[in-house]
Amino acid sequence: MKSHYVGRSQAVAARMMGGEIVVISPEDSGLFTLNPVASCIWNSADGDTTLEQIVRDKVCTEFEVPFDAALEDAATFVNEGSEHGILLVSEQPLPRNPQAVLPAPEAKL
Amino acid sequence: MSLMDEVTSRALSLGIPFSLHLDVTYRCNERCVHCYLDHDDHGEMTADEIKRVLCQAASAGTLILTLSGGEPFLRKDFFDILAYARSLMFSVKIKTNGLLIGAEQAQRLRELHVGEVQISIYSHRPEVHDGITKVRGSLDRSLNAIRFLRSQGLTTVIACPLMRANISDYPEVQALAAELGVAFTMDPTITPKIDGDMSIVQHRLARPEIAQIFQDSTLVGDVHEFCKPAGPTTDDLLESVPCSAGHTSVYVSPYGEVFPCVQFPITCGNVREQPLNEIWYHSDQMNRVRNIRVKDLHTCSGCDHLSGCTRCPGLAYMEGDMRGPSSADCEKSQIKAGLAHIDTLPAQLQLVQIQL
Repeated sequence: MKSHYVGRSQAVAARMMGGEIVVISPEDSGLFTLNPVASCIWNSADGDTTLEQIVRDKVCTEFEVPFDAALEDAATFVNEGSEHGILLVSEQPLPRNPQAVLPAPEAKL
Repeated sequence: MSLMDEVTSRALSLGIPFSLHLDVTYRCNERCVHCYLDHDDHGEMTADEIKRVLCQAASAGTLILTLSGGEPFLRKDFFDILAYARSLMFSVKIKTNGLLIGAEQAQRLRELHVGEVQISIYSHRPEVHDGITKVRGSLDRSLNAIRFLRSQGLTTVIACPLMRANISDYPEVQALAAELGVAFTMDPTITPKIDGDMSIVQHRLARPEIAQIFQDSTLVGDVHEFCKPAGPTTDDLLESVPCSAGHTSVYVSPYGEVFPCVQFPITCGNVREQPLNEIWYHSDQMNRVRNIRVKDLHTCSGCDHLSGCTRCPGLAYMEGDMRGPSSADCEKSQIKAGLAHIDTLPAQLQLVQIQL
């Protein structure tokens, strides 16, 4: 798993809201909110990057967490995401999916 | 509180237009007797204009997108618009009569991962359904569309707007939905025409018919719970917003007009002249709607039915006062209250009432 490639499912709907990504799976209408670390993994899961690379280059850098612990947590998240069909995992690179979720602008009400 | 409620609540606190209802056309291939739209084309937005709106909505944080009409599949560029919407990762729901959905269209909808397709079925009897749509054969075609959608595994919903012409048929439509493996929803709301013409409200259910559906557990769930007397009016309720229109949801017409909701036709701007985000954040009309709290509703805030009422601000607006009551919802609350009172009376007194 840790050396596997991770990609976002193209079937989902997703949007950044208040620093967290909200994901809807059309397969079962499941709704998921991703905390900032999970959101970081989600946005880095472009299909041709391994989970190890994502954790080392993104998670550890942005959140200043130790690699081993972060990798364990990330693997758990990716496993769950894969079970719900919102993330794809493969031993081979997946078709590249550039659809990262960008933050909405600050509310101006 | 469900996760969706939590997300919507977060959208409210962040000022995000979480859901967008976009009618891509008012043209239609049916002529439903209760329809509130003018079906002539007065200059629809082009696909490029619509894509610009979608892009603005995505950047404002909109996640839920309802594409509707009129009949959206009448637009030859509908799949182009839909594909673009999906590329922006909207959760897309389509409201259609299904007349133009065949095997090929259903497969394309599946490939685009559309979240839900809703089709109106008024009756299991062609003479009633086709009598409402004014299109012979429309029931068969709509049902075939549902079968094509289901064969692709798409989430499909039968919507059954209830009116005088079809009130007796909804149980059979429910059975039909179960047989087809799709969800069923009904709505007894008949909205005045979008131009203010009230003539079509003659199709609304009469009071005894509304009372009938309020006592049907297959529609309202626990009847005792549904009809229980309204609770006390709390400070939290008075400080709350009357509905999501203008707070987390917004509507755009085929001509680019922006309303808080399709049922709340106060023009807040036009996306052909201003970006959607600018209208959402800065329109005077949108902010007028947004500033209203339940405590500002001059009649409703003091009403005994307040906590259980489904008052629609748009219907109130169409009756002349967005801070006033909506008579159709007052009627529903009164009927519910009447049912609750009868229900809580001892059996002997109920009998006396009937004899009177």
